[in-house]
Amino acid sequence: MTGRIIRITGPVVEADGMRGALMYELVHAGTDALIGEIIGLAEDVATIQVYEDTTGIAPGEPVERTGAPLSVELGPGLLGMVYDGIQRPLEVIRNEMGDFIIRGATLPALDRRRTYAFTPVAEAGGKAVPGTVIGTVAEGRFVHRILVPHGTEGVFASVAGAGEYTVMDQIAAVLSAGGSEVPVTMLRRWPVRVGRPFAEKLRPKDPLITGQRIIDSFFPIVKGGTAAVPGPFGAGKTVVQHQLAKWSDADIIVYVGCGERGNELADVLRQFPALSDPRSGTPLMDRTVLIGNTSNMPVAAREASVYTGITIAEYYRDMGYDVALMADSTSRWAEAMREISGRLEEMPGEHGYPAYLASRLAGFYERAGKVRVLGPSGSEGSVSVIGAVSPPGGDFSEPVTQNTLRVVRVFWALDADLAHARHFPSINWLTSYSLYPDDVQGWWNAHGGEEWSAMRGAMMAILQKEGELEEIVHLVGPDVLPEDDKLALHVAGIIRESFLIQSAFDPVDTFCPPEKQYHMMRLITDYARYGKEAVEGGRSVAEIASLPVAARLARLGSMENEAFTEYFEETEREMAAAFGKGAGGRT
Amino acid sequence: MTSPAREYTSVVRVSGPLMVVSGVGDAAYGEVVEVRLPDGEKRLGQVLESRTDIAVIQVFGGTQDLDTDITSVRFTGEPLRMVVSPEILGRIFDGSAAPADGGGAVIPGKIVDISGSPINPTARAFPEDCIETGISAIDGMNTLVRGQKLPIFSGAGLPHSRLAAQIARQARVLRDQEEFAIVFGAMGITNEEARFFLNEFEETGALEHAVVFINRADDPAIERIITPRLALTAAEYLAFDLGMHVLVILQDITAYCEALREVSAARDEVPARRGYPGYMYTDLASVFERAGRIHGRKGSITQLPIISMPDDDITHPVPDLTGYITEGQIVLSRDLHRKGVYPPIDVLPSLSRLMSGGIGEGKTREDHGGVSDQLYAAYAKGRRLESLVTVIGEEGLSEADRRTLAFTARFEKEFIGQGVGGGRTVDETLDAAWDLLRLFPGEELNRISPALIEKYLRREAP
Ligand SMILES: Nc1ncnc2c1ncn2[C@@H]1O[C@H](COP(=O)(O)OP(=O)(O)OP(=O)(O)O)[C@@H](O)[C@H]1O
Ligand SMILES: [Mg+2]
Repeated sequence: MTGRIIRITGPVVEADGMRGALMYELVHAGTDALIGEIIGLAEDVATIQVYEDTTGIAPGEPVERTGAPLSVELGPGLLGMVYDGIQRPLEVIRNEMGDFIIRGATLPALDRRRTYAFTPVAEAGGKAVPGTVIGTVAEGRFVHRILVPHGTEGVFASVAGAGEYTVMDQIAAVLSAGGSEVPVTMLRRWPVRVGRPFAEKLRPKDPLITGQRIIDSFFPIVKGGTAAVPGPFGAGKTVVQHQLAKWSDADIIVYVGCGERGNELADVLRQFPALSDPRSGTPLMDRTVLIGNTSNMPVAAREASVYTGITIAEYYRDMGYDVALMADSTSRWAEAMREISGRLEEMPGEHGYPAYLASRLAGFYERAGKVRVLGPSGSEGSVSVIGAVSPPGGDFSEPVTQNTLRVVRVFWALDADLAHARHFPSINWLTSYSLYPDDVQGWWNAHGGEEWSAMRGAMMAILQKEGELEEIVHLVGPDVLPEDDKLALHVAGIIRESFLIQSAFDPVDTFCPPEKQYHMMRLITDYARYGKEAVEGGRSVAEIASLPVAARLARLGSMENEAFTEYFEETEREMAAAFGKGAGGRT
Repeated sequence: MTSPAREYTSVVRVSGPLMVVSGVGDAAYGEVVEVRLPDGEKRLGQVLESRTDIAVIQVFGGTQDLDTDITSVRFTGEPLRMVVSPEILGRIFDGSAAPADGGGAVIPGKIVDISGSPINPTARAFPEDCIETGISAIDGMNTLVRGQKLPIFSGAGLPHSRLAAQIARQARVLRDQEEFAIVFGAMGITNEEARFFLNEFEETGALEHAVVFINRADDPAIERIITPRLALTAAEYLAFDLGMHVLVILQDITAYCEALREVSAARDEVPARRGYPGYMYTDLASVFERAGRIHGRKGSITQLPIISMPDDDITHPVPDLTGYITEGQIVLSRDLHRKGVYPPIDVLPSLSRLMSGGIGEGKTREDHGGVSDQLYAAYAKGRRLESLVTVIGEEGLSEADRRTLAFTARFEKEFIGQGVGGGRTVDETLDAAWDLLRLFPGEELNRISPALIEKYLRREAP
């Protein structure tokens, strides 16, 4: 099972004497036994992408096969961890090897010594099929269900009693139809490039509430949905991803820092343990798994990082959780593919990307979705995927953006002009879209009110109108517009300033609960309607704009989330009075 | 890499910056070679690709005068390394770390691999100490913090050198007196620019705590691939071994990238955009990510790379990929320069991503964030109005719009265009901002909290 290196060029190594090796098999390359993966085979020559710096490797050094594909370890203890692209625990590595990453680390992803309190659910003699719950352990506030692994079927020969176990201890045995007894621990391994199976895909209908107004109210994503965030550098992709990781109402977050900045991971590590989840009150870090393969870490491990992340996400989905995965940035993943492909001297496609770029992107997003999990529980779980895209020069016509748009259902287009004017989040309301509004309408009707869809439509129509008028204004100036057009411009300004702008750094406005979003929409649409009636009744827009209530609307976002109802009711009353609508506004 | 040194004369091909040696068999990837020319001159090279029969080598000193007959190549069995010791402070080296100031070689202290190792992301301490540069457009609206990488995007003929030198001279951290150092790495700069920096360092006494590496425009181009790595290796030593706060100025990253492109083209690699290699993002990251702070260590590395944008085009691959890696950018504008504004910083495309953690109450001033956002909103609106006015004239504008235009003109002239003289403190910068914000009625300042407006807007200018 040993080959010999015959060529090294950057992260790609070729070895001969590899006949019988498998595609995607994991190997140890060179005298330092660097971890690598076979990505091409021709006769007895294997092409290997190496997950560590290859400096110093020379032809003639050995390559050891492992017989297994690149896999991740799954089991209790994943939450709160920080891993590199091939699931090596970065904090453990730091404790053992120091502040700088030295190659050759081989540390297990899951702590072998830590014990977990196991509570059996299954009983000896009971039926065991993939997905049957054997028992549970508490992982922080989560019930971590230990399931019968794929490929194991029969009856339980034994199930361990309640007690403390490590991930290596046997907690059950399954007697297969063939009569052999299979020991089962809490540790699973799964090849990262293969999606984990499920019973069936379901149609998602619950929004993934993010607390970001332009997302939840204008361009929603669902639990189990897919979204892309493309934008030029500095437009706010990472902040959007961080905001979603912090505030979205998924149970579990898998955050993949794929080829981006070290300080951005440091930022997450600084904030997440200190911030608490608005729903459970526990630290955000307790529901998060971080995969960090920064831009200066080996490029092949960056290529693997998104697969490592999504496999972990699927694992928690299979326990019945809603998981959200953020990948920042999928363009760096695509570039890693391009770099490896270039070293293989493959025929390049557009912009030098390999021809299989589109199918790899599609295959990745295809692993998102809401599913009924395997096994008798019939539980439902979901994986939502939100990928940042970093188009060169901010030009969305490039291959990664275009191929991503073909497979995702939400498109949050970030806009450099908005970012330059510090309009954040800089999601362009005219070019962005979501294909989910109809799916989530039911949820909003139940949790906000019946008018959600109509108000959303009205607000977007005003913004659309503003977009059209802008061209005219640019030719002839705003002065000559009729009053109703002037009103549209005025109201559009209020929508932008008080609803769409939402600072991630404002202690209150960083998260806007859906009820508050709904009420803000109501105030703004009421204002638009009253304004329209007033204009029809002969009042000028200049007069309307100078009403104190217009200034009041501008500060809706930063009103304390606990106290907003009162402020909003007051605003509604004041507005009704200012427009001569009698007392009380609405119910 | 422990194989002993081996020597070959089997150069079979020389092309562009590359050379192919046959019959080597065991050349290690990244191994350093010493090339001896027919006339005895020695040059440094490095293995880019190794096979059982050949090794492909990039020659940092250039390949002119190499031949396939007498030229010999010694494989050293070592990666590219340099010597560091406290004595490097005050020294000037060429682009390959040979002394260029008439002084002797550095007495060995520590020998380190110049490619460095990635900082474990979990070891990074998040940068949050504001550096006061004295420049309002930076301190007020794009605050620099210790451990940040903040490039200056410039163009031919714009005063980026002067700005970088001014920052190096004025930079100080609020409430702090710690040891600091400057590392200057020059790639392909003109003699005039080199002289400007050296004079500046000498006149201000900065040279004593500076380390300078200079590859000039007429020095070998491929050497530029190692110069920034030498500079950053020196910086890492000063920061993380000696505990100093190091400001690294790298000029010009565009020349560095052109060297990468030359090597890539010589290898017939499939290019990404405009002939630059597909791995340029990764390569630049291996330079720029060598900035930051580390938990439990005293020092820090702050990078101020200078990028000249060919054709003033910010979407050119060099500024574009840089912007995707660095923590913001300071963009110089030819328009402002023509209007006589110094420093000609266009704040709209400029950004400091680490600003929010470095400002505010207890760090700079409670009103800092709001003031900056408000200046941005007003100036962005003003610039839009300016382009409108060129079409329709000022007549059609409302009272509020006219105010914004008046603000915009004064903002460029007074706030940005502070002149070449000394700097402003952060307080002075914020006060200057309020002077301009007084042009607006309080209700229009919707990016600042009412309490702060109450406190600062009504306060008379000091
Ligand atoms: N919602 C927001 N609220 C306030 N500021 C924001 C927001 N979004 C972005 N910003 C500002 O914009 C800066 C850049 O954002 P971000 O780092 O997310 O950009 P990016 O698109 O990820 O860029 P890159 O592609 O280079 O990584 C942030 O540092 C922050 O100052
Ligand atoms: Mg980003």
